[in-house]
Amino acid sequence: MIELRNICKTFRVAKRNAGFGEALKALFRKEYTYVQALKNVSFSIGDGEMIGYIGPNGAGKSSTIKIMSGILTPDSGECVINGLTPWKNRKEHVRHIGVVFGQRSQLWWDVPVIDSFELIRDIYKVDGARYKRNLDELVAMLDLAEIVRTPARQLSLGQRMRCEIAASLLHDPAILFLDEPTIGLDAVSKIAVRTFIKRINKERKTTVILTTHDMQDIEALTERILLLGRGQILLDGSLSDLKKRISEYKTITLDYISGYFQETEGISLQSKIDGHAVFRIDTKMISVSDAISHLSRSADISDISVVGASAEEMVVSLYEEFKI
Amino acid sequence: MLYGKYFSIHLKSQMQYKTSFFLTVAGQFLTSFFAFLSICFLLGRFRQVDGFTFAEILLCFAVVLMAFSLAECFARGFDTFSSVISNGEFDRILVRPRNEIFQVLASRIEFSRIGRLAQAIIVITYAIPASGVSWTFDKIITLIFMLISGCAIFSGLFLIYASFCFFTTEGLEFMNMFTDGGREFGSYPLSIYGEGVLKFFTYVIPTALFQYYPFLYLTGRSGNIIYMFLPLAGILFLVPCYCFWRFGLRHYKSTGS
Amino acid sequence: MKQYLSLFRIRFTNNLQYRAAAYAGVATQFFWGFMELLLYRAFYRSDSANFPMDFAQLSSYIWLQQAFLTLFMVWYLDSEIMQTITNGNIAYELSRPMDLYSMWFIKNISARLSRAFLRCVPVLLFAAFLPKPYSLSLPHDFPAFALFLITSVLALFTVVSFCMLVYISTFYTMSPIGIRVVASSLMEFLSGAIIPLPFLPDGIRRIVDLTPFASMQNLPLRIYSGNIAGAEMVRGILLQIFWLLTMLLIGRLWMKKTLKKVVIQGG
Repeated sequence: MIELRNICKTFRVAKRNAGFGEALKALFRKEYTYVQALKNVSFSIGDGEMIGYIGPNGAGKSSTIKIMSGILTPDSGECVINGLTPWKNRKEHVRHIGVVFGQRSQLWWDVPVIDSFELIRDIYKVDGARYKRNLDELVAMLDLAEIVRTPARQLSLGQRMRCEIAASLLHDPAILFLDEPTIGLDAVSKIAVRTFIKRINKERKTTVILTTHDMQDIEALTERILLLGRGQILLDGSLSDLKKRISEYKTITLDYISGYFQETEGISLQSKIDGHAVFRIDTKMISVSDAISHLSRSADISDISVVGASAEEMVVSLYEEFKI
Repeated sequence: MLYGKYFSIHLKSQMQYKTSFFLTVAGQFLTSFFAFLSICFLLGRFRQVDGFTFAEILLCFAVVLMAFSLAECFARGFDTFSSVISNGEFDRILVRPRNEIFQVLASRIEFSRIGRLAQAIIVITYAIPASGVSWTFDKIITLIFMLISGCAIFSGLFLIYASFCFFTTEGLEFMNMFTDGGREFGSYPLSIYGEGVLKFFTYVIPTALFQYYPFLYLTGRSGNIIYMFLPLAGILFLVPCYCFWRFGLRHYKSTGS
Repeated sequence: MKQYLSLFRIRFTNNLQYRAAAYAGVATQFFWGFMELLLYRAFYRSDSANFPMDFAQLSSYIWLQQAFLTLFMVWYLDSEIMQTITNGNIAYELSRPMDLYSMWFIKNISARLSRAFLRCVPVLLFAAFLPKPYSLSLPHDFPAFALFLITSVLALFTVVSFCMLVYISTFYTMSPIGIRVVASSLMEFLSGAIIPLPFLPDGIRRIVDLTPFASMQNLPLRIYSGNIAGAEMVRGILLQIFWLLTMLLIGRLWMKKTLKKVVIQGG
C-alpha cells in the first residue's frame, strides 16, 4: 500500500549564462533560481495495482519516484509505503522494492550476468532455495537460459533489459519501479518485456509503477494513469475513461498533388510536408464526412486515411488541455 | 563474506583487460619511480637533509607510498566518488539494503594500484636494512602502526573529498593538496618544511602523526614511547571525516542530484 | 583566420565556466610552490655549496613553473581529439574546410591558454609579493625578459607539436590509454616538472639538455631567472628552434601519410 499526502519539494538551481562576458561575471557571483518541483502531490496505490506514471520531462516524475524509493527527502508532506517512511527507514524499506532505471544498468559489465545475479542475492540475503526458485522462474519467463552466462557488454540492448528486469526481481520485491524500461528496444523485445511485466503483476501481485514516454507501454499494461504536470497531479483516472474523453478527435492523413488548405472550425492542420498533410478533426464541431468533403474541395487528393485517437495523441491533447 | 564476493567479481572483471591492466600497473610503477629517482638525485647531490640520511628518507618515502597505495586500492570508491554520483551509481547504492559506506568501498577495488605498492615494497626492502634502524620488536610494531595509520588517514582524506562531492563536483581538486601533496611532500619527514607546516600536519590533518613522530622514535632520534602510539591517535581522524560524510549524505538526500 | 579565432574563442569561454575549479587550481598551485620552496630551502640549509643556482633564481623558477603549469604540461592531451581518433569520427573532422593539423594544434593551444589564463595571474601576483628570497623577482634586464617571452611562446609550440605526434601515433595504437600512462611521467620528469633540470646529476643533465623536453619549460624559466645567459643561452635557443621545426615538420608529414591511409581504409 503506497500513500502520498501533500508532498512538496523545491529545488535550487544555479543559473548559467552564455557568452564571454557572462562567464567572466560568473567567476565572482553566482545566481540561483528556485524551482518548485512538487506541489502538494497526493495519491494512493493499492497492493498489486499497475499504474502508468506520465508527464512531460521536468514535471517531477523522477522526483516522486526518488521520494518513494527513499533517495530523496521531501520538504513537507507524508509518504507511507507498507507502514514505512522511505527516507526514514531506508534499509528496511528498500529490501522490499525493486528499481529498474532504463538507461543505467545494475549489471556488472565484464562478468557473466549470473555473477551479477549471485552478488545481488548476497546483497539482499535471499536464501539459497528461494533464490534458485526465483532464478529458474525468471530465466524461464524471460527466456534467459542462453544469455545468462554471457558478460553484459556482449548482450544486445533487448537482452540486457530482460536481464536487468530479472535482476530487480530476484529478491521478490512487493513494489517494482520501472523507469523507461522499453526505451531503445526493438519491437520484439518490447513485447517480451511488456508480456512479462503483465505476468509478474498478475501472478506475484507485485505493485508496478511504470514511468514511460512510450504510450504503447501504457496501453499494453496499465489501466490506471497518473498524469503529473508542473509538479501537480493533474489527472488520476482510468485509461479507458480518458480514451472516451478524447475520442472526439480523429486524425485525417492525406497525400495530395496540389492544393491550398483553409483552416475551418474543427479542422486543424498538424503538419504539411511535400504533398503529405495531417489534420486533426474535432468531431464535436464537424463530422468526419463533412471534413473530408471540405478537404477534397481544397486539394487534389491521391490518398486519404482516417484514424481514431492513439494513446500518443491522447497524451498530446491532454498536455494541451492542461497547458503543460 | 559480502566484501569477498565483491572482491572476486572485481578481480574477474579487471582481469578481462590484461593489457590495459599491465600498462596501468607499469604507469603507476613509473610515476612513483620518478619520485624515487628525484630523491636519489637530490640526496645524491646534497648527501643529507636536516640530518636525515638517504636511507632514512627512503624509509619515510616507502612508508608513505605504501600507505597511500593501499588506501588508493581499497578506498578508491571515495577517491572517484564524483563519478559514482554523476553516473547514478550512488542512487543505485541507496536503493540497496546495505550500509552506504560499505557499498562505496566495495564498488571500486582497483588492483592496478599495486604498481605503486610494488615500488614501495622494493624501496622498503632496501631501506629497512640500510637505514641503520635497530629493528627491535617495538620498532617493528611502530612501523606497522605507521602503515595502518597512514592508510586510515589517506582514506579519511578520500572520504572528505567524497563528502564534498555531495555538495559540488567542481573545484574539488584542492583536496589533491592533501592527498597527492601529502604523498609527495610527505616523502620527506615533515619537520624539514618548518614549524608551521609541521604544526598544520599534526593538528589539522594528522599526517605527521603517522609519518614524523613515530619516525623519530624509529630512527632513535627520540626515546619517547608515546610517539610509538601516536599513529593510533591518527586513526581517530576518521571520526570527523565520517561526521562530514553523514552531513553531506543528508544534504544529498534533500537535494537530489 | 576568422575560423581559427572563433574556434579559439569558443574553447576559451567554455573553460572559463569552471569558476570553482579555477579557484581550487590556484590554491593548489600556491600550496605546491610553497612546499617545494620549503623543501629546497631545507636542502640549501644542509649544503648550500652544491646548490646549482641562487636561491632567489630558484624561487622565480618554481613560481613561474607553478603559474604556467597548465600551459606547459606535457601530458595534457585533448580527450575530444583522442576520442575522435579512436571512435572513427575522423570523417567529420576531415570534412571541415580547415587543415586538420592546424585545427588540432589550435584546439590544444587554446585549451592550454584558457586554463592557464585564470590561474597564472593570482599565482604571479601572490609570488611577487612574498618576502625575498622566496618571491618571484623581476628579470634583471629587459633583453632577458624579452627572450623569456619569445622562448615561452616557442616552448608552448614545442609542447603542442610534441602532443601532435602523440595524437598521430594514436591512429596506430588505437588506444587512448596505452602510451600515455607509461610515458607521461617520463616526459614530465625530462621536462623538469618534477625536479628542475639544474638539480640533476651533471652527466644525466647534459643528455637531457639535448632532448626536446629541455626546451619545453626549462629553457624559458632559466632565462627568466637568470640562471642561463650568454653562449649557453644562445645554444639553448637554437636547440629549441631546431626541435620545434623538426617536430612540426615530422608531424605534418606523418599526419599527411596517416590520413591518406585512414581515408583509404575508411576510418
